[in-house]
Amino acid sequence: MSEIILDVRNLTHHFGIGKKLSVKALDNVSFAVKKGEIFGLVGESGSGKSTVARCVMNILKPTSGEIFCEGINVLNPKEFKKNKKQLEASRQLIFQDSASSLNGRMTVREIVSEPMKIHKVKPPRGTFDAEAEFQLFYVGLDKSLLDKYPTELSGGMRQRVAIARALTMEPRLLVADEPISSLDVSVQAQIINLFAHLRCEHNCSILFIAHDLSVVRYLCDRVGVMCKGKLVELAPVEKLFASPRHPYTKALLSSIPIPDPRLERERVMEKFDYDPKLLSGKLREVSEEHFVLWGDEE
Amino acid sequence: MSDILKIENLSVNFRSEDGESEVVRGVSFSLKSGETLAIVGESGSGKSVLAKSIMKLLPHNAYIKEGEILLNDIDITSYTERDMQKLRGSVLSMIFQDPMTSLNPTISIGKQIAEAVRLHSPKMKRADVKSRVIELMELVGIENAEERYNLYPHNFSGGMRQRSALAIAIAQNPAILFADEPTTSLDVTTQLQILDLLRDIQKKLGMAVVFITHDLGVVARIADRVAVMYSGKIVEIGTAEEIFYDPKHPYTWGLMKSLPSFAEKGKELYTISGFPPSPGDLPKGDAFAPRNEYALRIDYEEMPPMFKVSDTHYAATWLLDSRAPKVLPPVRRDMNV
Repeated sequence: MSEIILDVRNLTHHFGIGKKLSVKALDNVSFAVKKGEIFGLVGESGSGKSTVARCVMNILKPTSGEIFCEGINVLNPKEFKKNKKQLEASRQLIFQDSASSLNGRMTVREIVSEPMKIHKVKPPRGTFDAEAEFQLFYVGLDKSLLDKYPTELSGGMRQRVAIARALTMEPRLLVADEPISSLDVSVQAQIINLFAHLRCEHNCSILFIAHDLSVVRYLCDRVGVMCKGKLVELAPVEKLFASPRHPYTKALLSSIPIPDPRLERERVMEKFDYDPKLLSGKLREVSEEHFVLWGDEE
Repeated sequence: MSDILKIENLSVNFRSEDGESEVVRGVSFSLKSGETLAIVGESGSGKSVLAKSIMKLLPHNAYIKEGEILLNDIDITSYTERDMQKLRGSVLSMIFQDPMTSLNPTISIGKQIAEAVRLHSPKMKRADVKSRVIELMELVGIENAEERYNLYPHNFSGGMRQRSALAIAIAQNPAILFADEPTTSLDVTTQLQILDLLRDIQKKLGMAVVFITHDLGVVARIADRVAVMYSGKIVEIGTAEEIFYDPKHPYTWGLMKSLPSFAEKGKELYTISGFPPSPGDLPKGDAFAPRNEYALRIDYEEMPPMFKVSDTHYAATWLLDSRAPKVLPPVRRDMNV
């Protein structure tokens, strides 16, 4: 068994609406990301995928549960404070919409070198400029873009700048919250390759949050499926696609459009009716490393 | 079947401080009543502008440089705004990507649909309007329509909002519906429901649909014919079967190859190298040539014409010229799920 970099245990988060009502955005979610693995988290909007990302990054404080990042309990204030520097550098987050996540008043050069300045990291390649230039080169951008502003770049370029910025800290865990869903097919392929490359070359672990299942199938090693704040199925990607067990996973998989007209026109989507019974119970192992949420009575 | 819409050599230019940019360049296609034509292309390929120029919804700095738009054999290219208003809604209609911006947040859904119902029949009785609205809401799959009549867009989910926008668009039984990436912002499960709904409604009303998207999976589900656009030109057009099983243009090959669904796990995903050219600064010859690994010398000199592959299938690539070297299409069709 390989080393675990991120361990999420019984994570629960409630968003309060008014005084009495609250929404269970996350309900007892547990999973672990191994070192050097790309772990996919899929589900519809509102299923709580992004809430997981935000809890992992200490942006949100969950109602209950534990998160261990390289063995450090990040939700324990004392432990967090002690390891703040290391944690902030080793975990990096990439957002879906790089148009709003990058500061429009900063040039690419400033954006990429800012993390190093904040963390007082000595740039490995001499100067901040040299480092920024190298990181841009690494993600496939020309150094002539250094003095441009984010608004002058296309969506794919901006997303690369966001990745370059995250890479300056040499993170061991990259949390990518729908990083490619706003991009064109051909640009998507470039960014997917970049992620695959990061994993190979840097042994970087990635928590990859997405709703495009064909990308997840191609890129990820293991996948967790979320529905209404619950993790309903957790399996290695081939197993999940070959033999989905939970009705929600089946419905989700059957809704991926296949780029093949003859197959696609005949295909009927499997229906999933939200039944509280199906979303209760515990994750049980049905075969090796394949876990499914199962009600108590079955 | 007769052609309901015919576009002949349409070019649209945008004026800006830096000069003119050609966003749509010599596009020709036709649309039969009741069929679905999907227009596929990357962002910036001019697919939305093409639809908007037919609807005459172009921004002020854009103009139709040349070409003809024939609607039922009547040339509407020079129609004024007043003439167009008569056509919009009743003959031509459109739905957009983001229903949150196309719906008015301060008016209830029922009233917004009623507005569309009354638009071309202002003397309709109030009770009739309401029953028509509820009929429309049920047609687009909004359950408990009567109760939801007074709800506002923010009460609705993304899928429901898109259904409402669709109800407004089809209120006058238009002959042609332009759908500009209507499912891009939706979840996969909702996307499929909306696509199937669109197909059902299309059958019921006998409406032609021009579906703009960049998702080839969606195209496969909905399209009868497909047009692939690159930097303002249609580079390949044909039936869905022809485009998916026998593509001829290198750009179409590239699009198909870069899909993760066809890729082998662990192998690097194919990418089309480089970036699309900016519409203000198009290269000489074929705009795709610098990114085209099959480019011939002539591609850098002269724009390829549309070569005929079959009666329905045309592609603009010099590879189809009789003098060109024979290239085996790199797209394998046996890798289906």
